[in-house]
Amino acid sequence: MIPELGQGALVVGIVLAVYGAIAAAAGAQTGRPALIESAQRAALAVFALVTACFLLLAYAFLTFDFSVRYVAHQTTLSTPFYYRVTAVWGALEGSILLWAWMLALYTLIVVLRHRGERDLYPWALSVMLGIIAFFLLVMTLPAPPFERLTPVPADGRGLNPLLEDTGMITHPVALYLGFTGFTVPFAFAMAALVTGRVGDAWITTTRRWTIVAWYFLSLGLLIGGWWSYHVLGWGGYWAWDPVENAAFMPWLTGTALLHSAMIQERRRMLKLWNISLVILTFGLTIFGTFLTRSGVIASVHAFSQGSIGAFFLAFLGLVLLVAFGGLAWRWDRLTAQGELDSILSRESAFLLNNVFLVAAAFTVFFGTVFPLLSEAIRGVKVSVGAPFFNQVNVPLFLSLIFLMGVGPLIAWRRASIDNLKRNFLGPVAIGLVAAAVLHLVGVRSTLAVLTLALALFAAATIALDVLRGTRARLRTGAGLARAVTGLLLRHNRRYGGFVIHLGILLVALGVTGSQAWSVQTEATLKRGQAVEVAGYRFRFEGLSATQESTHARVVGTFAVSRGGGAPIVMRPSKKFYRQEQAPIAGVDYRMGLTEDLYLVLGDFARDGSAATVKVLVNRLVSWIWIGGLVLTLGALLAIVPDDRAA
Amino acid sequence: MTTNQNTKFLVGGAVIVLALAYLIYTGVTQSAVYFITPSELAAAAVAGKAYRLGGMVVPGSVHWNPASLDLEFALTDGKGRVPVRHTGTPPDLFGEGRGAVVEGSWTPEGYFKATLIMAKHSENYQAPHGDPSSAAYEEMIRALQRRAPR
Repeated sequence: MIPELGQGALVVGIVLAVYGAIAAAAGAQTGRPALIESAQRAALAVFALVTACFLLLAYAFLTFDFSVRYVAHQTTLSTPFYYRVTAVWGALEGSILLWAWMLALYTLIVVLRHRGERDLYPWALSVMLGIIAFFLLVMTLPAPPFERLTPVPADGRGLNPLLEDTGMITHPVALYLGFTGFTVPFAFAMAALVTGRVGDAWITTTRRWTIVAWYFLSLGLLIGGWWSYHVLGWGGYWAWDPVENAAFMPWLTGTALLHSAMIQERRRMLKLWNISLVILTFGLTIFGTFLTRSGVIASVHAFSQGSIGAFFLAFLGLVLLVAFGGLAWRWDRLTAQGELDSILSRESAFLLNNVFLVAAAFTVFFGTVFPLLSEAIRGVKVSVGAPFFNQVNVPLFLSLIFLMGVGPLIAWRRASIDNLKRNFLGPVAIGLVAAAVLHLVGVRSTLAVLTLALALFAAATIALDVLRGTRARLRTGAGLARAVTGLLLRHNRRYGGFVIHLGILLVALGVTGSQAWSVQTEATLKRGQAVEVAGYRFRFEGLSATQESTHARVVGTFAVSRGGGAPIVMRPSKKFYRQEQAPIAGVDYRMGLTEDLYLVLGDFARDGSAATVKVLVNRLVSWIWIGGLVLTLGALLAIVPDDRAA
Repeated sequence: MTTNQNTKFLVGGAVIVLALAYLIYTGVTQSAVYFITPSELAAAAVAGKAYRLGGMVVPGSVHWNPASLDLEFALTDGKGRVPVRHTGTPPDLFGEGRGAVVEGSWTPEGYFKATLIMAKHSENYQAPHGDPSSAAYEEMIRALQRRAPR
């Protein structure tokens, strides 16, 4: 009964979404408010129906309804309550449902915030309902969450053990809120094209939406890196895997959009570019889903693929065709009015920032689809791995860090020599001194020296600006604390941006440190034997085994000491799942500001007398997570409504 | 926009595009990895070239020496068979009779030197209920529990 209810809700949802999309468009075209109001009610009903689908599927999970194929494949009777909830979106069908639900939620918020508006909103509503209709359609044909399974099995197959982690509630939710969030700016951009009002209205309307989407996408990427680091047991946080790249590409173009939108607001430039960026970012979120869900990249490894890939590819083609068609149609109105006055100006710094970000997105795209390209063109299966992405992106990211220092302080229009001296003499000196000091203390990696010097230069420009702003406020008689908070809140977008920049610089510090200075080794130890890594002594004390609700666990005990200090105990383990043929690593780690100790248990003697262990001393990795936290705080500051604008 | 500015933009744009093309070109030539099957490798192996070799781990071919961390096994695609050597613990999902992808190069000594072993996981997999290996695990767990120092 439950699955049929869910299926019914889906079908009604599609009908209402299509109806709403048509009614909103017709209402906008004919100017009849009744039609738009009807479309709004349809949007409300769609939200209620998708929510119902979600709850029904969750109910099927909580009651172990193995007559539903999706439930039977994702749980067993022993799956704990918490993971039965997260298992709802643990695989394809549920993740599409989560996506559709978030779209419906965003649409609802758009309705609540903009209802009554006449210019862009009705068309935006129409576009959003159309996109929801597509995702609901996917759930009826290639990825049906409520499909029955006969005969009904006594027990399910179980969730992928790697997904039994607290990160599984936050990571997909944040990531999908990011992905789906970019639908709102896209919808308003489409509305701007349809109505011909391609001026600044859609940019100011969607500015905060873009930051919100960007914030969630950043959060999703960071939690993904964190999950990879503490669950997968290879000691890294980013592997340039197609799945990661799929989320990183829209992040890059979305970041470009956040910057170029400011140029349009200030100087009326880049209209065409901004609309293109919105289309590109939205297109990349769909492309990412296509990439990760169709198995097209994995097909190099000869896996089968279902029809879902074709669905997403067709939808992507339609979106790009319509969007860029509209762009061509409104070409005349989109050609810029403002002009670039000088290469030494804030406009040009922002423009370069955009060029580098889009170039980075392009190289990631190129590297990700390279196996497909080479197979199609040359008939050979060739892939490019992490070295390619690192090699190509490092110069781009270093340029971006440099521009991060230049952009916020250089003058609009045309920077005078005086302006340059006043703002950059100090930071450049700091950067140079930092490079010299790093070299003197024995840092031999040119890349590390360069990155850290550039990061310090950029940080110094931020410090300089905050210092000046605070001093100006102190002169008006305010106390220090009030001066700083007043500064941050009064210009929250500007300083929110600075805090985000600071966060990115900290992430850069963490990435540089972990790449340049991490050390690792692997050794087989008999009980009582020890291995030394980076001044630490890891002594193997023995093995033990325990039985837990979903798995059995073999735990290695290691006493870790440094110099004469008291040893700490670390317990890396291996988890054996009944439904898995191979064990899963249970990493043990101790995080620190300068270094993390990270132990992975490898093979071991069945009598417990010896074990192979991988020991990693990862340097500065914690700064990635600290930087991520700073970054999200900055994004929150930028989202807070500012009191100046209406 | 003036003609002078247009020229500047074109030149600037061309410089950036060329630099990017150069970056991508060198990146690809230096890190391209050829995906081949064991029979393709057996037919035409070029020593020193970077390959990504995918196949099934031949049952009974895995020799793992924990003391020296030396791992030896063979990969097959049903037609060809390639001996592989690696230093380090096999990854968790690695096992006889299962798929694996290794990255590395062919050596003149007649074996594939792997620098990386990947045993890909997927969110959908078959439940090996009643699988002999599962019984073996349970026995191992029991043995370890008996011997546990606590």
